[in-house]
Amino acid sequence: MKDLWGLEPVTLPEELGVLRADVRAFLADELSAGRIASHCDQWLGGWDHEFSRRLGERGWIGMAFPARYGGSASGALARFAVTEELLAAGAPVAAHWIADRQSGPGLLRFGTEEQKQEFLPRIARGECFFAAGMSEPDTGSDLASVRTRGTRVEGGWRLGGTKVWASGAHRAHAMIALARTEPRTADRHAGLTQFIIELPDPAVRIRPILLLTGEHHFNEVVFDDVFVPDARVLGEPGSGWLQVTSELAMERSGPERILSTFPLLAAAVGHLAEHGDPAGAARVGAVAGRMWALRQLSLAVAGRLEAGAAPAVEAAVVKDLGTRFESVVTDTVRLLSQVVPDPGSSLPLPRMLAESILHGPGFTLRGGTNEILRGVVAKELGVR
Amino acid sequence: MNEIISALVETVREACAAQGGLDAVTACAGGGWNAALWTALEQIGVTTISVPEEHGGAGGDVAAAVAVLKVLGESSAGVPLAETALLAGWLIAGCGATVPSGPMTAAVAGPGLRTDRQEGGLAVRGTIARVPWARHAHHVAVLDGGRVVLLSRGDFLPEQGTNLAGEPRDDLAVDAVVPPSRVHEVPAGSPISEAAFRGRAALARAALMAGAARRALELALAYAGEREQFGRPIAKFQAVQQHLAAMAGEVLLATVAVEAAALAHDTGGDADVAVAAAKVVAGQMAGVVASLAHQVHGAIGFTEEHSLRHSTTRLWAWRDEAGNEEEWSGVLGRDVMSAGSPGLWPLLTGTR
Repeated sequence: MKDLWGLEPVTLPEELGVLRADVRAFLADELSAGRIASHCDQWLGGWDHEFSRRLGERGWIGMAFPARYGGSASGALARFAVTEELLAAGAPVAAHWIADRQSGPGLLRFGTEEQKQEFLPRIARGECFFAAGMSEPDTGSDLASVRTRGTRVEGGWRLGGTKVWASGAHRAHAMIALARTEPRTADRHAGLTQFIIELPDPAVRIRPILLLTGEHHFNEVVFDDVFVPDARVLGEPGSGWLQVTSELAMERSGPERILSTFPLLAAAVGHLAEHGDPAGAARVGAVAGRMWALRQLSLAVAGRLEAGAAPAVEAAVVKDLGTRFESVVTDTVRLLSQVVPDPGSSLPLPRMLAESILHGPGFTLRGGTNEILRGVVAKELGVR
Repeated sequence: MNEIISALVETVREACAAQGGLDAVTACAGGGWNAALWTALEQIGVTTISVPEEHGGAGGDVAAAVAVLKVLGESSAGVPLAETALLAGWLIAGCGATVPSGPMTAAVAGPGLRTDRQEGGLAVRGTIARVPWARHAHHVAVLDGGRVVLLSRGDFLPEQGTNLAGEPRDDLAVDAVVPPSRVHEVPAGSPISEAAFRGRAALARAALMAGAARRALELALAYAGEREQFGRPIAKFQAVQQHLAAMAGEVLLATVAVEAAALAHDTGGDADVAVAAAKVVAGQMAGVVASLAHQVHGAIGFTEEHSLRHSTTRLWAWRDEAGNEEEWSGVLGRDVMSAGSPGLWPLLTGTR
């Protein structure tokens, strides 16, 4: 339990102020020129490869990569500042999101030199997008139960199985998939391997799974005896669990776990200042205060990541508190503004309210359900 | 936390263990205080932490004071350290004067207090409501507009009252002519103001709450591990585990918020938003943690014989002192509304 209380607040270095101002100016220009529009939950829903490319040109994707792989060797805090600016503005970041957040860092940490040279510079340019292949039809929160199998063959592996909820797989250039490569033993975390599957591939069938709104982000991905050469094994065969859990620390603690509905809140403030009941200001203040605190918590975890730690439990707390908060924002705006949500509205407030409500169920599911995350915390507390 | 603060916190923790055990806490419950612990804290040199040394303080910053207050909150320590160091000491040193020795408390002069210059000093008459620890304090520093009046024991009669945890909260009946040596002008351009006073008081209460909540969580964890029902410890039930994890999350959030607010204070960041947010979050946390701690403990935690009450009554008391969640949410709400849509994000990131 000691670790949990060792988390320390972070003051962002002053030089990041310049970077932040650059990102803000760029976003203001993109928005005012109409090249992008502000929406909620854009890290799932906002696929815009042109925008990703423009970010890549400015060096704001793959920032942590060393210069020889197209990055600027900036730390976790610089990436934090850039991504939170993008999310707060409601910019379309989905195309490069998985590659930038987890696939790229995973390749950097566990990949071969050839893999790094092949993928990292393209990721950093915003030209190579990744999908994550973790969940399966019978595998959700219990990730170690994956049934996708990798079988050794001459020169590589044959993969058979099905992945689900693979966001953006229909447009991605590659997927990193977790598969069982040795029979299950008492140690259920042993014998798992991560594979890089380049897409499209004739032996990979990708079928849309539409959200309840009819939007196409999720996919079912079927590996029909797909051949993966040895050169596309990520890390050591058998050590997939360790690799995938290190991905999760990065996946769970970021500002995207707090800010999915921020564009709605920002839009609502203007509306409420004009039309709202002054008594409602305190409700907005309460939300703003909690957001401030959650951001400090998320930043503190980024500080630990920057220092090379893997703060998995703290990350689980950020995700649990942050994602429940995202829907508190939605409800606060809904009740105070008394605007009727309308996905087809030309006005931002009814439209973003609709986006926040309709995307809401996903907030507390993606990246591990909140119940499972509280289980992670309980284990750290020594009661599980 | 740097090594100096870590070492200091450890020393304070040891002093609390030695002088502030359960018997001492229980003995304080009816408006008392822990004089032995105060003496130990004076010997450690933390009773005026964050007050500059050139004004007779112990030095250090607000972050260090907050770190100490968390330990005191954890221990339900009956000592006026927040009032002495972060409020009275700050007011006196901020006027360029030297802080006197001994426990102090502080208040803002409300409409119930009248002051008039007269021969021999400043005549101070009237009442001040709910001053923490007043009956045990050697001095009360009163912020009266542009001056700080240092009341001594004989200058007032404390009408004794307490908060939910039995900590002294006395109404003062003041009738004194305070000599010029104890009346200090607030220098021009000073950060001292009623709003700043309120903010520091709120930050102190939030820090104490972070500590008290940590103790409530630890008690709940220990109890859930011991108490068996249906043939196993109740900690083995997922519903109980979820309660404990939810408590830990709230405590962690409030703790980081309080520390970040202290850091904002010390580094010249946007401390107004930070302190308001920290008090809002700590107040929300206090309610959640106290209620879950009691739920996990069952009926025994609801009794006088169980020590959980020391932590939970403090959480309930402190969340309403120095402005509750609603008051500070209102402060933030006004800031947010005047910032407007484009100003909200810069407000929250401190990059206005």
